[in-house]
Amino acid sequence: MTASAVPPVSARRRRTDKLMRGLLTAAAVIALVPLVLVVYYLLYRGLGSWSGQFFTSDPNGNFLGYPGGIRSALVGTLEIVALATLIAVPIGVGVALYLTEYGKQSPFANLVRYFVDVMTGVPSIVFGLFIYIVLVLAHVGGGFTAWKGSIALSLLMLPVVVRASEVVLLLVPASLREAALALGAPRWRVVTRVVLPTARSGLLTGSLLAVARGMGETAPLLFTTAGAFGLTFSLGAQMNALPIQIYQDIQSPRAQVIDRAWGAALALVVLVLIFNVIARAFSRRSRMT
Amino acid sequence: MEASATGVRGGRSALERSPLSRLPDQVMQWGLSALAALILILLAYFFIRLIGQSGNVFSKYGLSFVFGNDWDVSRNIYHGAALVVGTLITSAIALIIGVPVAVATALFINELCPRRLRGPFALLVDLLAAVPSVVYGLWGVFVLCPKLLPAEKWFAKTFSFIPFVGGGTPTLYNYFIAGLILAIMILPIVSAIAREVISTVPAEHKEAALALGATRWEMIRIAVLPYSRSGITGGAMLGLGRALGETIAVVLVIGNAPVIGSHLFSQGYTLAAVIANEFGEATGIHTSALFAAGLVLFVLTLIVNIIARGFVARGTRGARGTGGTGIGLAASGGEI
Repeated sequence: MTASAVPPVSARRRRTDKLMRGLLTAAAVIALVPLVLVVYYLLYRGLGSWSGQFFTSDPNGNFLGYPGGIRSALVGTLEIVALATLIAVPIGVGVALYLTEYGKQSPFANLVRYFVDVMTGVPSIVFGLFIYIVLVLAHVGGGFTAWKGSIALSLLMLPVVVRASEVVLLLVPASLREAALALGAPRWRVVTRVVLPTARSGLLTGSLLAVARGMGETAPLLFTTAGAFGLTFSLGAQMNALPIQIYQDIQSPRAQVIDRAWGAALALVVLVLIFNVIARAFSRRSRMT
Repeated sequence: MEASATGVRGGRSALERSPLSRLPDQVMQWGLSALAALILILLAYFFIRLIGQSGNVFSKYGLSFVFGNDWDVSRNIYHGAALVVGTLITSAIALIIGVPVAVATALFINELCPRRLRGPFALLVDLLAAVPSVVYGLWGVFVLCPKLLPAEKWFAKTFSFIPFVGGGTPTLYNYFIAGLILAIMILPIVSAIAREVISTVPAEHKEAALALGATRWEMIRIAVLPYSRSGITGGAMLGLGRALGETIAVVLVIGNAPVIGSHLFSQGYTLAAVIANEFGEATGIHTSALFAAGLVLFVLTLIVNIIARGFVARGTRGARGTGGTGIGLAASGGEI
């Protein structure tokens, strides 16, 4: 303690250390400021417009009086995202299965991995343009329809599902696969009866994170579902969605419509958070096993 | 060998499966491979169709679509330099503001934060990624823009001697606000990747620095930062890719003026914003011009992402077998 081999830290070095530690801490606090501000304003401006009517009426486009609520947008978002999930999750898990069970480190598997990574970097608006060109311009089953929006969203969700699924499938112990194979089970039964059930909660986490990501996207929907006022359950028609409605409401000169945008934004954030929280709950469980 | 151990029935071993029962295996293997191939084919197909749709713009304007500065819908002239410059300026602002804060946050969480607070703090930073971009746009339009305008005016006046920063009159919507919102939006990704890379620094390196009498900051400076530099660079470039392509938050706060702004606080336009904003009323060559803007944006983000992947792969090579996949997950916006 007294006869240390290390020379004492000079005052200047100690000052620098204090200063830099202070700066790093300050930066970390600054990073949270926007979150606090966004949440504060969402609650402050958004909660005020929440009411029974807000969730049970559709936007009506009237120039006077109550502008209507967000029912059609809320239902539309859930419908579009549900279909997108039905497309993205099976394909995504399938590709991840290919990568972990068959492709492994082969050149083709690495190529697929690389392009899945590239897909995560493609801006969402470009996916919107892709689907617009291939399906809307070509008039496949009508012009703007909800299912085209689902496909655009599923393209965004796909890489998230693939990468998350690959990680959890790799966590399935090789000894489990080997045990099943040694008992004489064919490969497909090993995959469907051993690998997938073992990784189930992890796969669910990845899917839910993808859902949370797809839910808030606006740009791909602008080019594919276009938006509408009324409530519809037909995926073959134009459909309202929360992000589209918020985007359109922001540009309105009416204070009441802007209030609706805040209320809708709060609803959207709550929805995204719910999926994030459920995903986290499942990821905790998958880590325990 | 099989003769003595298992006996031969019909010319094959009892342990061997009949061709029929092997069928599901082959179906599954080929099916999954086809699925993986489908992704590559789809991407290639989309890319070719996008080139096809914007072809007549490039054959009419050539490279002046990117370098010429005259975007005028009323005269039907589309030279998009203002869009490209706007995209680059806002992304540069986002990196200048966002990356230092993100890296500092990552260093704080991994090296300084009490272990107990580490998880919750990281979770809060990740939550920034859960806010949809349209919500950032809403917040930007009605809170950030009006509240910051006086500060921007003061700043532009006080620092008017700095070229590009001062000199002009700040408008309500401008490059700086767009860049600031982008900085907030890329912060969680850059920070998540930086954290991942920093956590691969071997404990021995850090302990060695401390044992030699380094202070905590000196340990970060001589052991942590050099080791994780290329990974952090890659993370910043992935953030750049995000910033280049972000649409909805930007289109709401950039002012949508197709000119090259003369200073930091002037209105502008970006490639993504022009597509979202003018798409509704575009016809004919105007639509093609917007497709071309999308193509330029796509190629730009592709290049940035490919370079970024290289850096990140270099930054984590040899650290951990699954390091790459972890990064891929963080980069894809999944926050586990």
